[in-house]
Amino acid sequence: MNIELLTLSEIENVTGEQGNFTVTVKKNPRYVDEDKCIACGLCAEKCPKKVPDEYNEGLNKRKAAYIKYDQTVPLKYAIDPNNCIFINKGKCGVCAKICPTGAINYDMKPELVDINVGAVVLSPGFKPFSPKGIDYYGYDEIPDVITSLEYERYLSASGPTIGHIARPSDGVEPKKIAWIQCVGSRNTNCAKNGYCSSVCCMYAIKQAVMTGSHLSSDDNEQVIFYMDIRSVGKDYERYYESSKEKGVSYVKARPHTLLAGPDGVGVTMTYTSEDGTQTNNAFFDMVVLSIGLEAPSDAMTLADKFGFDLTQYNFAKTDSFAPVSTTRDGVFATGAFHSPKAIPKSVIYASSAAAEVEAVLSASKNTLTQEKVWPEEMDISNAEPKVGVFVCSCGTNIAGVIDVKDVSEYAATLPGVDYVENNLFTCSTDTQDLIADKIREKGLNRVVIAACTPRTHEPLFQETLQGVGLNKYMIEMANIRNQNSWVHPNEPEKATAKAKDQVRMAVAKVTGNYPLDDVEVNVTPRALVVGGGLAGMNAALGLANNGYETVILEKKDSLGGVAVDLYETWKGELVKPGLDAVIQDVENHDLIRTFTNATLTSVTGSVGSFFGEIARGEEVETLEFGACVLATGGHGYTPNEYLYGQDSRVVTAIEFDKLLSRDQAKATAGDSTVFIQCVGSRDDQRPYCSRVCCAGSVVNAVLLKKKNPDMDVYVLNRDIRTYGEREDVFKEARDLGVIFISYTPETKPGVVTDGEDLLVRVHDPISGMFLEIATDRVILATAIVPNDTSSFVDMFKCGVNADGFLSEAHPKLRPVDSTVDGLFLAGLCHYPKPINEAIAQGKAAASRASVVLSKKTMKLDAIKSHVTHTCDGCALCLDVCPYNALTLVEFEDAGKTHKRIKTDKALCKGCGICAATCPKEGIVVDGFTQSQLRAQVDAILERV
Amino acid sequence: MSDNFEPTIIGFLCNWCAYAGGDLAGVSRFEYPTNMRAVRVMCSGMVHPDLVVDSLKKGADGVIVMG
Repeated sequence: MNIELLTLSEIENVTGEQGNFTVTVKKNPRYVDEDKCIACGLCAEKCPKKVPDEYNEGLNKRKAAYIKYDQTVPLKYAIDPNNCIFINKGKCGVCAKICPTGAINYDMKPELVDINVGAVVLSPGFKPFSPKGIDYYGYDEIPDVITSLEYERYLSASGPTIGHIARPSDGVEPKKIAWIQCVGSRNTNCAKNGYCSSVCCMYAIKQAVMTGSHLSSDDNEQVIFYMDIRSVGKDYERYYESSKEKGVSYVKARPHTLLAGPDGVGVTMTYTSEDGTQTNNAFFDMVVLSIGLEAPSDAMTLADKFGFDLTQYNFAKTDSFAPVSTTRDGVFATGAFHSPKAIPKSVIYASSAAAEVEAVLSASKNTLTQEKVWPEEMDISNAEPKVGVFVCSCGTNIAGVIDVKDVSEYAATLPGVDYVENNLFTCSTDTQDLIADKIREKGLNRVVIAACTPRTHEPLFQETLQGVGLNKYMIEMANIRNQNSWVHPNEPEKATAKAKDQVRMAVAKVTGNYPLDDVEVNVTPRALVVGGGLAGMNAALGLANNGYETVILEKKDSLGGVAVDLYETWKGELVKPGLDAVIQDVENHDLIRTFTNATLTSVTGSVGSFFGEIARGEEVETLEFGACVLATGGHGYTPNEYLYGQDSRVVTAIEFDKLLSRDQAKATAGDSTVFIQCVGSRDDQRPYCSRVCCAGSVVNAVLLKKKNPDMDVYVLNRDIRTYGEREDVFKEARDLGVIFISYTPETKPGVVTDGEDLLVRVHDPISGMFLEIATDRVILATAIVPNDTSSFVDMFKCGVNADGFLSEAHPKLRPVDSTVDGLFLAGLCHYPKPINEAIAQGKAAASRASVVLSKKTMKLDAIKSHVTHTCDGCALCLDVCPYNALTLVEFEDAGKTHKRIKTDKALCKGCGICAATCPKEGIVVDGFTQSQLRAQVDAILERV
Repeated sequence: MSDNFEPTIIGFLCNWCAYAGGDLAGVSRFEYPTNMRAVRVMCSGMVHPDLVVDSLKKGADGVIVMG
């Protein structure tokens, strides 16, 4: 409601400055009146002109009247003026004739509109690298060489082959598929793209793993040809390792010749073995080119119009300490335009930009916002249950296993069911409209959605109900995807039978639903930030700049966190001045209070209204806050290998950074330095990548070589993971003569002393020889370990992963929200990350917390305990309530004093331990009453 | 008991852990037998002992409370 979408639009001109820009936008014609289009699709059906469908990478055709894909937002058709016969030749006009609402208008002209805004966020995305014209990949000539984006469409249920993989040359299902990494990335010869595209390793691994499950025969093979596998994100390393167990194999090689196979079918590939001694030929049914991400083609035009700088690769130029700010005030860059990045980081940077915008606009906050008004709720108290059942196919996710037609027909036979429909995607905008229409038309007062999980999708359907004035709790979901088709792919008949049971259970339960009202609590407009490192301080600044009082709680005696020990960023910015500026901003901010030597000892309450006890020595203070950011940080692992602690010449990377700050002459002296990577990372104890160490060591190796060109510098590594534009530093290191030697967990280097000499022994896979390097210093790139968060996990009941990092609500879509409402995460407590990413996440957490703090009252769901008339005040439930939400009260009735339980709905979490303790159903949980649970049990057992 | 015995198992799954785990099993494509029917509850503590006994009396072959 507070977002206006301008589609088919481009920026013409920008004037003004931060706080008051005038942006001239050219709205190109859709040739379809958005207000009239009902997305019936008749125009596309009847349009005679077929053109390649760019959404499916040209693998199939669309019409000149079209929507890009089924879930297009807004769901309005458009006419492609380059291909429409009427627009180009003045003949045809079929769509205008058959459109039932008269929405087609060929006379629409481009329109110029001026928009007045205070700040601008640019997220124009990326351009996929095109391998056309690079002869050795043979993309132009060999039909079975395709790009990863094309392959992605083949894998997709909404793609041209409905998820069935087919070899393009002859349509046969492939058995052997190869991926070639770094196509158009890390390549300055034919692509001029020196950077790493960051996302291709993980998408290739995902595609290879998915391929195994998509193919009908077990006789299949997936091989990934790579230079370094860069699985640097949270839980990515585990996924990489598990892919090997699932049969994906990895070959470290850059294939140099691809030729069409016999009769033009398949691909013959030539590559050289890692030691350089052998040339191998291999045949594959298909070869997928893992293409990189380039800056969007209009990057330079945008930069010109807005007047900000780009990097040499045309990505938006930013500073590590202000990661989303372009060089023009008030203009922010996010997504892949900022640097190539995957979904979680894109979402974090987007929230971070929102925080920066909030700070710019804070003076005029809420002056233009509108509030959603729901229609008045229908009274259904006396109505017989009329249930509508909507069965989702979810593309082929459900329909590929479960016979959805059979389930739909079955649902229609159930008592109380008045209407049943099967949809391709029940969650799509058009289906939401359809459900709303059916509720009105058929007078439905209860809805069952047989689709995915209520944990992610129930809120969406609840809004649909609210939109037509039906109480939002009159819905149940039958989880026939996550807990059925996805887990029973090889048992379609049993899965269909289970789906019928699930629908029957949901109908039985929804019949017992009654309208409920959400609970409202007052929001305390104050934030608590735990941890005074860069992430925490930036979260506090983001909140305070948006006008919210913020308290930083730091367990040490000063602010700064681990950044205090760091020397420089990979972009060459010194850390100390940047950090000092942040500390100064925090200390000078009127709205920020900092408690040092402080710990949080207890927390009660919930989102919008938490109460925390803060201890500082003997002193204990209670603080009320509406939202909390945990930025409790991490620390370097203390190694017990490589002679660390036994020989003073063996130091950790953080210790070396400290030495660089303190005594640079000493740090850069000597004839030889050896860096050892992955010390304590990517092993059995800590099976994750610490993300920052490769760039850290490479930056320091470059510094050593520059200060002391005669020094021999070695980096012993398992893969070099200088993702994004950090790759430039890796290249610079190689150009300066830094020697990179790779090792595996089986061939770990050894560090020994021989008399006075410090020796590093390592196997060099290229020469095939064991090397013995006499060195002056060994620098261990040690793992990042999260600080202990167990007390926060206990107090807030938030989640934590197997490695001790706090869990986000959703790894891709909600990477800053914790699993607890009102609690957000930033920095190393979430996962190892470099300075710019920690700052971005800090700002993102501020923006997410502001969503809570910006409200005067917060609505909590209505799933709460409810005392019934059968309660006789026995008080058995009082002791078992873990949230102190129940009290025993007295009341008078007919001259007698009675006792009865009372629920505090703001404190109640709806756990229902009270209901399970009560011998007489004197207390129930709304939405989950004992009779509703029993109805489901009965529904299950009906068929026995 | 015959070889093709297909037990009916009623599972009471806590929304916050076991049910979420069930969803995650789906996302991860872990396969398991089709015999369990899940009743989502807001906490395993919500499951009244009577409900478990009733389920068995009415014909369930097994009840699993996960939380």
